[in-house]
Amino acid sequence: MRAQEVVEQTLAAARHLHGCTVLVRESSQVALRWANSTMTTNGHTTSRRTTVIAFVALDGGVAAGVVSSSVAVTEDAQLRDLVMAAEVAARDAGPAKDAAPLLEPDVEDRAWDEPAVETSIGVFGAFAEGLAEVLAGPHRQYGFATHELATVWLGTSTGIRRRWVQPTGSVELNSKTADLMASAWTGASTADFADVDVLALAAEAERRLAWSNRRVTLPAGRYETLLPPSAVADLMVYLAWSLEGRPAHEGRSALAGPDGPRVGEKLTALPLTLASDPAAPGLEYEPFLTASHSGEGISVFDNGAPTRRAEWVREGTIGELVYSRAEAAEFGTRFTPAGENLLLTGGSADSISDLVARTERGLLLTCLWYIREVDPTTLLLTGLTRDGVYLVEGGEVVGEVDHNFRFNYSPLDVLRRATEVGATGRTLPREWKDWFTRTAMPPVRVPGFNMSSVSLGR
Amino acid sequence: MPADRIDPEFRALPLAALADAALSRARELGAQHADLRVERIRSQGIDLRDGSVTGVSDTTTVGLAVRVIVDGVWGFASHVELTPDRAAATAERAVDVARTLAPVAVERVVRADEPVHADAEWASAYDVDPFAVPVRDKVALLAEWSQRLLASDGVDHVHADVLQVRENKFYADTAGTSTVQQRVRIGPSIVATAVDRAAGGFETMASLAPPAGRGWEYLTGTGWDFDGELARIPELLAEKVKAPSVQAGAYDLVIDPTNLWLTIHESVGHATEYDRAIGYEAAYAGTSFATPDQLGTLRYGSELMHVTGDRTVPHGLATVGYDDDGVATTEWDLVRDGVLVGYQLDRTFAPRLGLERSNGCAFADSPHHVPIQRMANVSLRPDPARDTSVDELIAGVDHGIYVVGDKSWSIDMQRYNFQFTGQRFYRIEGGELAGQLRDVAYQATTTDFWGSMDAVGGPSTWQLQGAMNCGKAQPGQVAAVSHGCPAARFRGVNVLNTQEEGR
Repeated sequence: MRAQEVVEQTLAAARHLHGCTVLVRESSQVALRWANSTMTTNGHTTSRRTTVIAFVALDGGVAAGVVSSSVAVTEDAQLRDLVMAAEVAARDAGPAKDAAPLLEPDVEDRAWDEPAVETSIGVFGAFAEGLAEVLAGPHRQYGFATHELATVWLGTSTGIRRRWVQPTGSVELNSKTADLMASAWTGASTADFADVDVLALAAEAERRLAWSNRRVTLPAGRYETLLPPSAVADLMVYLAWSLEGRPAHEGRSALAGPDGPRVGEKLTALPLTLASDPAAPGLEYEPFLTASHSGEGISVFDNGAPTRRAEWVREGTIGELVYSRAEAAEFGTRFTPAGENLLLTGGSADSISDLVARTERGLLLTCLWYIREVDPTTLLLTGLTRDGVYLVEGGEVVGEVDHNFRFNYSPLDVLRRATEVGATGRTLPREWKDWFTRTAMPPVRVPGFNMSSVSLGR
Repeated sequence: MPADRIDPEFRALPLAALADAALSRARELGAQHADLRVERIRSQGIDLRDGSVTGVSDTTTVGLAVRVIVDGVWGFASHVELTPDRAAATAERAVDVARTLAPVAVERVVRADEPVHADAEWASAYDVDPFAVPVRDKVALLAEWSQRLLASDGVDHVHADVLQVRENKFYADTAGTSTVQQRVRIGPSIVATAVDRAAGGFETMASLAPPAGRGWEYLTGTGWDFDGELARIPELLAEKVKAPSVQAGAYDLVIDPTNLWLTIHESVGHATEYDRAIGYEAAYAGTSFATPDQLGTLRYGSELMHVTGDRTVPHGLATVGYDDDGVATTEWDLVRDGVLVGYQLDRTFAPRLGLERSNGCAFADSPHHVPIQRMANVSLRPDPARDTSVDELIAGVDHGIYVVGDKSWSIDMQRYNFQFTGQRFYRIEGGELAGQLRDVAYQATTTDFWGSMDAVGGPSTWQLQGAMNCGKAQPGQVAAVSHGCPAARFRGVNVLNTQEEGR
């Protein structure tokens, strides 16, 4: 059954309810994975998921129940069963605290009737040719490339009909010397692989491997540290995931102050802005909200609401927090959906090489790994440096540190203590890329970054 | 094990016809091996904030997957449609993928021979299918638990949730193995929060109940005493809020199984995965310091350290009858007398290690993902000779900390350097507990840490803990895994003060 038909038939089966929202999401994904310079696992998968949200009027309010299924829909009876199951879930859940009137249509989506868009292994055409050349080279190669086209259709009993196609792609290249003593990493996020130059990525990894010709051992301690865009992205994504308004009001968040949320607090004199923007060129995401669950900052009642640019940090000051419509009403503020991209801007036009050139003594990182929250009251995170820590002296890289470090640091302190911020560019957050690829970040200089202990891991 | 528990809706699918269509098409197209999986995974999450439902969601994932070997190269494809035509078309697509990628595949796949298991069936042990219990009753139980905590002094907020999964899997391959299996698991969580606005801080205390391969009976008294634990949480939280901040330094640690399981998971479980050890995960999850050339010689820990892998322990989250290579599951040693002696393997990796048989660790988390070597239940054996209690372990510490419950975790990509926090930490002075401490994290290198283990608790301290959310591979796969674990004692471990770390 066509996705549009699934939406219409489901809404027809739900006419007796207070309201209903249907989400159909079809995903087409191809992946290449390689290790030890040979292909390991790869494939092409297609899946479709139908999510039915039933809204039921009960004594005391409106309840919501969500049922989702990837079973192929071949007959109307399946959809009636989904509606029935969602209705039962809603009745059993009881009146919802996040209830809000369902939204009305505000635009006509001319693409509504179009089919799902599929990717194919062919998207890797030129990339695969370059990759074959890289794999035949002298270093041991490990990595992963994936491309997904996800088509989503949203329909509501109030008449909203929206469709969106989200491309998501990334490549990671991990090169190691034959003796496995040195390891380098490069990565990129992309919408279509047309802009991925795998030979250039491999050349950059090779340049970094050459830095390992001189190795130095360093103790744990606080170092002036140059965080490259990927590392900044991983730290800022975690911050973005910690911006729910409710916990900040209730005192159980690093963004909670003694008198309420820390909105308006100055973090830095640098004019840094951390924002999500559905219209950011090359990093676009859905112009309307889709939500298949409710939680802090998100509500199934808000499906179809327009997404918008939100500035989480504005010119160095804590700006907006995330609120569903019901939470915005409860706390007297503005509906602010979470973003699906993240951009940190406000730095200079300088590249990471420019920052290196101005460094008397410091560490240049490649990326971060295994980032976890240690203390939620300060958003203290721990994690590891990975695939290359380089010692910078007198404005140039003089060698590779012979080990990694475990760090303990808060992304809020990265913003508070940054002394220099360079030019923003598209980057891939290595740790969180399974969930978040659309980021544009600058390189950042942080004095006294806490390298808490030495990790022997390479 | 009664096989008639298997969900009749799953049995009603045209499993044999799908297998016939996919496997014969793959054979016709020249595949030397082909297998078909048909899966139906039902899951339900229920969330409550401060006693009110924030979400009830029910998810069903269905699909079929075909995996082939063509001229020594893997191919994989999956689809949602469970029809013989689609099964055959998916087999074609898998063969296509193998042929397309043959030029860049340097290695040729060689697999261990395994006995054929025709028409085998297996179902996990549980009493009450969670999906047979009305949502209303589940909500009522979680709401009542929440209200109990909210009614206590010092508890400002409560989050409660429960995730329930019923997983049905059919497997058939060209060698003649065919299995139908069912697993049920459940993961409850309840966390109380105390807010101190004046001091600008907050603290939490969570239930220590692990997720388990059990049914709804787990929440009503079988396998965990929730009533007893809920009664203690408010006072434990109140004590934690007032506790002094730890002084950083080296301490002797007595670690409860509710915390130590996660250290085993990260520092032994992942480190003894053969695919990691030979670099298959090098660009993502990472590699392992415990490389195959050190098998039989690597000093992993003290002589008291004996770690097993298994897919057989009752109620274990990784427990299953047959893996996704069609291999019957088993138990084996990973670390014996403190020395590395084994790895977790699938049929492709066993021959590389010079072994004739797999130990049954091939697993895919969904019909849309390719099976990879996945973690078994990796467990530390309790002292077989003496049933040493937690109190006795503590009595042997002059100046130390007793660590209870897991919270934050992080370990490097070779599984050397780790840092863990916990739910609560008790100061030990002169062999006795002397109140809670705050802001504690312990940090160590794997071999130093396990080398410092000078006492292991007895069978009465043993618990089967575990996680529902172990991640690995690209595209990412999530698996559930249990870890059997006694309490144990470690000498001279580095303890951090997390407030100081954050300055």
